[in-house]
Amino acid sequence: MKKLTFTSVFSQLLLLLFVIAWIVPTFGLFISSLRDKDVLAISGWWTSFTTTEVNEIYRTKGKEDQIKEGDYYFIKSNLFDENQVKEIYRFGITSKNIDEYEVGETALFKDETEITVFENGDYVWKSKEEFKKKKGKRIFVSAKSPPSFTLDNYKEVLLKEGLGQAFLNTFAVALPATLIPLIICSYFAYALTWMKFYGRDLLLATIIASLVVPLQMCLIPVLTIYNDFGALFGVSAKSYPGIWMAHTGFGLASTTFLLWNFLKTLPSEMIEAARVDGATHYDTFIKIVVPLSIPSFASIFILQFLWVWNDLLVGLVFLDKHPSEIILTAKLKELLGSRGENWEILTTGAFVSMTVPLFIFFSLQRYFIRGLVAGSVKG
Amino acid sequence: MSIFSLAITVLVGVLFFVLFFHLSNFLLDYFRVKASKNFAFENSIRVIIFIAPAFIVLFVFIIYPVFETIRLSFYDKVGENFVGLFNYTWAINDPDFRRSIINNLGWLIVVPTLSTFFGLVIANLADRIWWGSIAKSIIFMPMAISFVGAGVIWKFMYDYRGPGDQQIGLLNAIAVALGFEPQAWLTIPVWNNLFLMAIMIWIQTGLALVIFSAALRSIPNETLDAARIDGASELKIFWSIIIPYLEQTILVIWTIITILVLKVFDIIYAMTNGQWQTEVLANLMYDWMFRGGGDSGRGSVLAFCILIGVIPILAWNLYRHKQEQKV
Repeated sequence: MKKLTFTSVFSQLLLLLFVIAWIVPTFGLFISSLRDKDVLAISGWWTSFTTTEVNEIYRTKGKEDQIKEGDYYFIKSNLFDENQVKEIYRFGITSKNIDEYEVGETALFKDETEITVFENGDYVWKSKEEFKKKKGKRIFVSAKSPPSFTLDNYKEVLLKEGLGQAFLNTFAVALPATLIPLIICSYFAYALTWMKFYGRDLLLATIIASLVVPLQMCLIPVLTIYNDFGALFGVSAKSYPGIWMAHTGFGLASTTFLLWNFLKTLPSEMIEAARVDGATHYDTFIKIVVPLSIPSFASIFILQFLWVWNDLLVGLVFLDKHPSEIILTAKLKELLGSRGENWEILTTGAFVSMTVPLFIFFSLQRYFIRGLVAGSVKG
Repeated sequence: MSIFSLAITVLVGVLFFVLFFHLSNFLLDYFRVKASKNFAFENSIRVIIFIAPAFIVLFVFIIYPVFETIRLSFYDKVGENFVGLFNYTWAINDPDFRRSIINNLGWLIVVPTLSTFFGLVIANLADRIWWGSIAKSIIFMPMAISFVGAGVIWKFMYDYRGPGDQQIGLLNAIAVALGFEPQAWLTIPVWNNLFLMAIMIWIQTGLALVIFSAALRSIPNETLDAARIDGASELKIFWSIIIPYLEQTILVIWTIITILVLKVFDIIYAMTNGQWQTEVLANLMYDWMFRGGGDSGRGSVLAFCILIGVIPILAWNLYRHKQEQKV
């Protein structure tokens, strides 16, 4: 057991502070996505864990719901919607005095009808004469609202807001845009490491230079090529194969570089022995190098997949905003513009877009970190 | 599109490349057996099969566009008529451009510095605390999230309601609790840039953290123990041993984050879209790609400015690569 020194306590506290500062924004988003949209709009997410007191206005039902029992007419119903869990403790019938009565007490309206409101929202409205008005009366209630969470927001964004389709589209972009560069770069990196050919060093230098070339330098010419290509063959310039190749192009330098860094560390005797035994480069590649590189492939796959999944710019430029092509990030940005005040949609949408990266992050963190570290320490 | 047709498209796309490599190598082997034993010839064909797809992709998507963009920066908006330095003089006199340059410089100073600093401090703290790896995981997590997702998270943090209303944004709730007026943080010029930078720092600290953690492990324990026995304080050890030891790593992290920051687009596009004086080069460039039917000349000038920012790093990387190759 280590001694509890001042330094160790201090560093624990400091680290705790960092952790809290880093986790709170995401946590707040997650909690908000699970809250009822009406509550979300009027109270901070941090209030959702405790019972809160709210003042609300409801309206009773009108004459259509009345029944006659004995000499009196009654309207019996419940103030709340079906799935609301609230506990009324006071109520009132005028806006001047919204908490005049205790629950269970009977309040008298000016027209001599009387109403009793109960804790669970049930009410009984009693009158000597028949109810004539279509519209009911306003009831002011002070209620305690215990913590309550719902998945309704998720249903709404996935089905109604079109995020479900965007989710599939993003997969359709991200999987090939990860696998294609992985396939191409594995042959390329093998050639750069184990094959001898003229211009190899120049090619390597080109890759290292390409690693840092900003994406923006490539957008306009590539878009022009796509437009010309589309016009020439009478197809749309914006398509899935188009964006796969764009992502392949922009990601190839880094995937190749990462894999080349790994292949360099394989013992050259092994490769040479295989070659001496008469194996072709293709056999050597498939039977020796690929099986040994699986962990590297995993790291590269994760990095490239997350990059593509999280990308916005390439998706905006090379895909339509049509529902059948829009990707999650673009959709989310669109919602930020059009539904800026609907936090239930934004928080839920953002969380939906984060599910896949977070799943990969928590299940394959080791490979993710390995890839990042390998790419940086040597790069 | 339905799941089914999406899946088919995906499968066809990927299989195309698998089959290309497989079939071309298979054919080569087939003809080798049949024809001569011309080893050199076979080898050069094989090299071409291995590198051709990658080279074509690299050429079409990186090499050619870089030179084409530089060329376009001297041409008019449709890229047909040579206009000399016109686009450059336009840029220098454009208030948005100047604002972007200043903002980008601000980003370049603040974000890499603070991310690296936080990463270094947290890596050191977490290294000797038993729950350190959990802490590292949590701080690293934003790395997995998209910039747009992070944008939503923070827009919610910065949310603003009028002074009388309940604040639902955490930052304003804290401000109100401390007795200040609530603020619409993202609309206060100059300062709002810092609130946007905070998002990038929040994300990139994780990157610095994991790389530092890996590097810290390479510091020999004997050195640290020797210093402790000699009575050096932890702070002294940090400054006199750890920092000098990590010099290279600090530089590497700095350059990685610098490159990311130069290209920063998503955060600004999602949060303010350049309003309230938060414009940066990448955002302005995107704007000019499409504004008024698109102006490839101006867009190219802006892209080229970003490239100029990375050229020192590019040169340094190439230099280091050459040194490594010599060894």
